[in-house]
Parts: sequence; C-alpha cells; structure tokens
Amino acid sequence: MAEPFRSRATGDCCSPRVDPTQGVPGDAFKSTSVGDVPAVTSVLSVADRLGRWKVRWGIGRDRYRVVPGLYALGGPDERSPVMVTANYKLSFDQLRCQLRGLDAWILVLDTNGINVWCAAGKGTFGTDELVNRIQLTELARLVTHRTLLVPQLGATGVAGYIVKQRTGFNVIFGPVRARDIKAFLEAGMKATPEMRRVTFTLSERMTVAQMDLVAAMKYFLVYLMLLGVLKLVTGSFSLRSLAYAAFPVFGALLLGALAVPALLPWIPFRSFALKGWLMGVAWAIAVSMLEHAGPAGFAGNLLLLPALSSFVALNYTGATTFTSQTGVNKEIRLFARPMAMSAILGIALLLIARP
Amino acid sequence: MHYLQNVSTLRIDAQTCIGCDICMSVCPHEVIELRAGKAVVRDLDACMECGACSTNCPVQAIHVQAGVGCAHAILRGMFYGTPPQCGCGGNPKPCC
Repeated sequence: MAEPFRSRATGDCCSPRVDPTQGVPGDAFKSTSVGDVPAVTSVLSVADRLGRWKVRWGIGRDRYRVVPGLYALGGPDERSPVMVTANYKLSFDQLRCQLRGLDAWILVLDTNGINVWCAAGKGTFGTDELVNRIQLTELARLVTHRTLLVPQLGATGVAGYIVKQRTGFNVIFGPVRARDIKAFLEAGMKATPEMRRVTFTLSERMTVAQMDLVAAMKYFLVYLMLLGVLKLVTGSFSLRSLAYAAFPVFGALLLGALAVPALLPWIPFRSFALKGWLMGVAWAIAVSMLEHAGPAGFAGNLLLLPALSSFVALNYTGATTFTSQTGVNKEIRLFARPMAMSAILGIALLLIARP
Repeated sequence: MHYLQNVSTLRIDAQTCIGCDICMSVCPHEVIELRAGKAVVRDLDACMECGACSTNCPVQAIHVQAGVGCAHAILRGMFYGTPPQCGCGGNPKPCC
C-alpha cells in the first residue's frame, strides 16, 4: 500500500489513526500548489456509519480521529471556500456528508479527537491552533481569497479578530449545524436566527443521553457485585433475591439517565438535581408499594432512590447545550452533601429493613 | 430551555462597546441584542457562559467567567484540585 499521507499539506507528522479516505472511490489525492492534498467525498461508507454508531455508545471514542490538516472535497480550486473543523472523525464526517455537491477545502484542526464545541471550550479548537494550521498547510498559497468558514460553536475558542491580525484571513462564523451550511452559502454567507440558535430537541437529548446511560449502567454493575458479595457473606444468596434487591436501584439510575433527558422541558424545577430527585421520589413510592414495604423500607427507598436519580440527572448537565458552570457549581454546592447523606441513611435503613 | 435564574456572570460594559455586533452572531442562545448601537443583555438566564462573545469582542467590553456547565467535570476538578475540564477523552497522544 502506498504511503497514505505523503503530503506536507496535512502538516502532521503522525501516522494516521483513522484513514479518512477509506471507501473513497478513485484517486484519493488532489495535486495542488502546496503538494498533494488527501481527497474525500461526501459519501459515508458502511465503516463510517458503524464507527458513528459505536462512538455514540462510548466505544473507542477517544481514538476516533482523523489526521489534522487540509482535505479536498469534490474538485476545489483556488477560489473554493475553506471550512474549518475538528479532528473528531464524527465532526469531520458530519461536515463532509452535509456538503454533498459542493467543492470545498476542509481544514482540520488538531483538537485531540474532540468535537468543535467541547474543544473550543478547552481552547484546543482555538486561535493559536488555527493560526498554526493555516501556516503549516500554506493555505495562503493554496487559495486566492482570504475567508475562513468556522462553525459558530468554535467561537468560544477562536477569536476572529486575532486570526485576522496574525494571518490576514477573515473568520466568518457559519451556522451552528453543518446541515445549514449550503443554505448559508446560498444566502451570501448570511445566517438566519434559526441557524445561530442551539437547540436541544428530544432526539438530540436522547442521542447524548446514551453516554450517561452507559455511565449509569457501570455504577449499577458495581452495585450488583457489592450486593452479590454481601448476600454471599450473609448466606442469603439466590438469583431471585439478588434481582429483587437490585431492581429498585436499576430503575432509579435508568430514570435519571433516560427519563430526565426525555422529559426535561416538562419536569418541574430548573435544577437538574431536583428534576432527578423528583423522578426518584415517584419511583421510590411505586417501588415501596410493589414491595409492600414497611415503614423502614419505605423510608429507606425514599432516601436512597431519589438521591441516585438526582446524581445521574445532575451529571447529564455535561451533555446539555444550555447549562452554565456557575449554575452547576451552585447545584453542587446546594445538593451534593444532602444527597450523599440521604443515600447513606437510605442504605442504612434498607439494611435494617431487609437484612 | 432556561437553566437556573440569575446565576450567569455575563456583564457588558456599555462604555467600551462599539456596537460591532459580533457577540450577537456568535451567541448560541440569543442572549445579547443591540439597543441604540450598544450590545445589551436581553436574556441573562439563557446564558451558558460559553465565552464565545467575550473571546470575540475586539474591545474587551464583555466579561464572563467562561467554563463548562458539566457536573462531572466540576466534581472531578474538586476531587483532584484542578480546574473543571470536560472528561470527554482528548488526552494528547505522544506524537512520533
């Protein structure tokens, strides 16, 4: 096999972790004034789609990268637009498949495989990296215009006016979503208010909830093992009793991880901890009635289960598109201790209620 | 959707603002609007403190304690005594 990334246009010394040209028909390189640039298409292969599915479930997410540098989409020339993105392969794939029928240069920044918005928050999708990548790829020799299209969510890390000072390139912040880019270009690089607004629809909420579900299930497995050991030690082990004892906690975690994201706009309270807690209270009452629990069991459920849902729901703040750090800090300050106390008391009561 | 009331640290200095409106175009939640040629906060509770506006303000008229609104990151920061950082992977791998 030929050396896949012979071009200095990619500006990267690493061997590719993911070959973005896989499944791309025909010539995989475009000859330019700055060397051979890897060519990509707007068609996602089966491997691309499988990869997307896997990373949504957290499988290999840290290694899902493309090599930073320049890529040719379609048949771009020196007048074609330059689109900037992150080297998270999901971001790169999303961009190229939304640009079907367009000729463009894609400039991939090294964000350590993190998406544009998160990386911009960390500063890796940032002014310095963009300036550096413009210079490494000799972009100024490749195109005759001086306009870069940067996704709006990159604005947290990229200061347009500084990029202009340091490279001469004008940064135009494009729409939030790649699917609006064509309409944005057709409108003469003008964004409608809708293109600028970040949404958090049901399907978006559930897509990002998958990661929290995986995390919650990891907590559950730990709990299940502890419970199993406890039951073995006390000599009361049976699969039926294990399932019976694990079910309430399983439900509480699931409510925090799935019901809170799904019903987010409709659950009372703005605080995520309280939203989760409320769902947990409903669950604790339902479970206690199913169990025909006595007062200690009922109180134990009411103290433990809402605290668990609350914790999982609070962690979902990291997946949302509208929570602020000051706000989450306030929630932690207010609720972390009471919820931890509540959980510990609940466990103690449940141990007394059903030894 | 709105998060907690009155917590955002966003402040705009009307004296310094030149009304270029770049902050409006980078804000993901339409927090800012232009009134009489100056950027003003229209909807403080919609602000998620991402910092896009202050980063792109050419005259530093906008101040906000930008950060991640992620409980996991903040808790981990408290635990290790580091600033809150997203845990979404992203450790730089050694290069060659």
